[in-house]
Amino acid sequence: MVEMELLFKISVLVLTLLPTAALLVWLERRLLGFWQERYGPNRVGPFGILQSLADLIKILFKHDWIPPFADKPLFVLAPLIGALAVMMSFVVVPLSPGWMISDSHIGLLFFLAMTSLAVYAVLLAGWSSNNKYALLGGMRAAAQTICYEVFMGIALLGVVILAGSFRLSDIVEAQQEWWFVIPQFVGFAIFMIAGIAESHRLPFDLPEAETELTGGFHTEYSGIKFALFFLGEYLGIMLISMMTTTLFLGGWLGPWLPPLVWFLLKTFVLICFFILLRASLPRPRYDQLLAFGWKWMLPLALVNLLVTAALKLSGGT
Amino acid sequence: MSSAVTSPLHEELGAAYPGLNLLPETCADGIDTFWVARAQLLPLAEALRFHLKKPFTFLYDLTAIDETRREFGFKQPRQDYTLVYLLRSYGRNHDIRLKVALRESDKQAPTVCSVWPNANWYEREVWDLFGIHFQGHPCLRRIMMPTTWQGHPLCKSHPARATEMGQYSLPDDIRDFEQEALRFDPKAWGLEPSGRDEEFMWLNLGPNHPSVHGVFRIMLQLEGEQIVEAIPDIGYHHRGAEKMGERQSWHSYIPYTDRIDYLGGVMNNLPYLMAVEKLAGIQVPERARVIRVMMCEIFRILSHLLFYGTFAQDIGALSPIFYMFVDREKLFGIVEAITGARMHPSWFRIGGVTSDLPQGWDKLILTWLDEMPKRLHDYDKMVMDNALVKQRTVGVGRYDTATAIEWGVTGPGLRATGFDWDLRKKRPYSGYENFDFEVPVAQGGDSYDRCKVRVEEIRQSMRIIRQCVKNMPSGPYKAEHALTTPPVKDRTMQDIDTLIPHFLGVSWGPVIPPGEAMAEVEATKGSNAYYLVSDGSTCSYRTHIRTPSFPHLQMIPVMARGQMISDLIATLGSIDFVMADVDR
Repeated sequence: MVEMELLFKISVLVLTLLPTAALLVWLERRLLGFWQERYGPNRVGPFGILQSLADLIKILFKHDWIPPFADKPLFVLAPLIGALAVMMSFVVVPLSPGWMISDSHIGLLFFLAMTSLAVYAVLLAGWSSNNKYALLGGMRAAAQTICYEVFMGIALLGVVILAGSFRLSDIVEAQQEWWFVIPQFVGFAIFMIAGIAESHRLPFDLPEAETELTGGFHTEYSGIKFALFFLGEYLGIMLISMMTTTLFLGGWLGPWLPPLVWFLLKTFVLICFFILLRASLPRPRYDQLLAFGWKWMLPLALVNLLVTAALKLSGGT
Repeated sequence: MSSAVTSPLHEELGAAYPGLNLLPETCADGIDTFWVARAQLLPLAEALRFHLKKPFTFLYDLTAIDETRREFGFKQPRQDYTLVYLLRSYGRNHDIRLKVALRESDKQAPTVCSVWPNANWYEREVWDLFGIHFQGHPCLRRIMMPTTWQGHPLCKSHPARATEMGQYSLPDDIRDFEQEALRFDPKAWGLEPSGRDEEFMWLNLGPNHPSVHGVFRIMLQLEGEQIVEAIPDIGYHHRGAEKMGERQSWHSYIPYTDRIDYLGGVMNNLPYLMAVEKLAGIQVPERARVIRVMMCEIFRILSHLLFYGTFAQDIGALSPIFYMFVDREKLFGIVEAITGARMHPSWFRIGGVTSDLPQGWDKLILTWLDEMPKRLHDYDKMVMDNALVKQRTVGVGRYDTATAIEWGVTGPGLRATGFDWDLRKKRPYSGYENFDFEVPVAQGGDSYDRCKVRVEEIRQSMRIIRQCVKNMPSGPYKAEHALTTPPVKDRTMQDIDTLIPHFLGVSWGPVIPPGEAMAEVEATKGSNAYYLVSDGSTCSYRTHIRTPSFPHLQMIPVMARGQMISDLIATLGSIDFVMADVDR
């Protein structure tokens, strides 16, 4: 019976995640429209809510084309890796006390491992396309991910020290007194920045950078394979928002409302923040981004870790 | 043309270069014009550039005329082709035009690239379109036409219409040949395929790339993401606008000018019409002049707003362009109310404008002027004060005033280097001397400063427009002159002597007296000029368009070397070019 329950939860998760990601595309376009003095998609269905569905139908019926000069197996594999790696991470996200697919004692490490895997998608796509713009995008992605992966992990160690566990439900429970965003504000900021970089969103969308690299790593992709990259990107936004909620904003904790509602509400606010960032910020240069990562973020994350550890040891809290 | 016509410059040149034989000519535009023998061209160029006290540092324009079918102007010592050089001395605020006569059998001249570096592309263009060879030119390849093109299109012998050419077909072998000709060969572009120790990567940026603003191609030699060499390739947008001028009547060419700098709208009409009016001796009434200034400044704002938005977008900021399109939309509404069209109204006419201003035009403009400053202030906070924008653009694509002049940069790109040359102030036209405005300058000469200058120009243009609204003179909107279009109709039904010219003016178009004239305006992107040669006919004998963007693109390699790709994108954005303005 336990297996049945698990299967049920997994299917519910998958069946809600995919439409939500599609809805997110619509939400982003509407919000961008709202912030940019224009309408955005408003024709298909009420408020244009079915726009993504229409797009999906169109994209499914497109010619599934692989450029003749591409490395075929890798070219097909890359978008799959991208979408799957992100979806795997959702396994460990605790939506509410009653809803955890896997409450693993190394949940946080699993999340970090999966996000590291996701970069292979971009790297392989850039490499296998056999296109110079895609290659430049892939190279940028590799450099960017190596740099931001490092301090993302280090920034999270502060939370682990405070909670005393890698188990995500333990981390949420440890925030009963106060959310970790208060004692770990530096860690929170660093994690958010790294999260944006991980999901290749403006202002850190250098691997795509359409004004520079025309489309970066996905230049040669179209149809359903392109849609998979897109899906991966939007699932990535959801994942980073959920993880931020779990690690720093007290997860499902909150008065009056049911835990699940609290969790989703916090996640939604973070997602909107992501979209607002896209509407308001330009893009730094590749080397500036890396310099920022290695010279500022990494030392800051290390100092944060040291201070947290020192306080923990001395205060014993 | 007797030697009695001597100018102070003529005498000064005689002193600087003894043995010089200069033959002066009088042109309708009053520019000092001299015929010089081909053998003396290079020494004279060097004397003008290096040996005068206030040298002619700026090669403003270089073009040619095919004289083989010309009838009037027999006093000129011309032969089959004439090379025309227009030089400018900023120190004197004075221009000089040099003409060199060439024979069909001996179509060649020495290059002046060593004296003015920006002659490079101009000479390539003359070679491409006229077949005049320049001895010693570093890279005399076709620039507008495809490399496989047969003939030289601006020669009078070359057909101007497709129907005058043979039927077009593309058999397989020709197609294969043409496709093979498109293959990139680094050597043909003057590039070294590899360095000593490492291979470079060739990156083909364009002709379809989001950041080249049209069909423009740059071949990049990369080391990682760093640019070793950049070679711009133009001509994808070449429509033969100059050749069309030789077929269209003086009046019906006006719409073609709108589409040269297609963001400049009616501002393109102005230099063309000013040149025609110089040839015809038409005095434009005061009201028409103020209306022209007002419309030009409106289009300057429209163009600068688009620049501002795309510049931000090139750096990655998505939103500003949408806000600016809202402003442009409102302003286009005003343009539409006044002219009946939006982007390309073709609304100026020989001798004035098409129609009088509609009722209530002033209120429309004043409302827009009142709400704009606050929005401009918001954009400043959003773009110019943004730390990331500064990080991306300050110090990027920098050049100094001397380099700018050397490469023929005009307009905001020149003023961003701290040099306050604005034609509207230095040589006022169309009544700009009556307006109170400032010429914005910046000191850095980098991408950020080029943007800053333009933003400030938007504010100054708004000042000018407000003065136009407040002080709009009354009177006719078009000159009372037989050569204006459409011709004056008042008395046509009363006497035959006005009916006949009216009939001819409407059916043939006006016949502009023979002569040569150039007129120049401070356009949205720099200095735009039309050089017209009339042979006393209903259409021009030669129409030459000097556009600002052409030399600006030529300068790209100077800025691009050593940059990252992202820097190049920011630099390209800051140049503010449109390809129609480059290729014509």
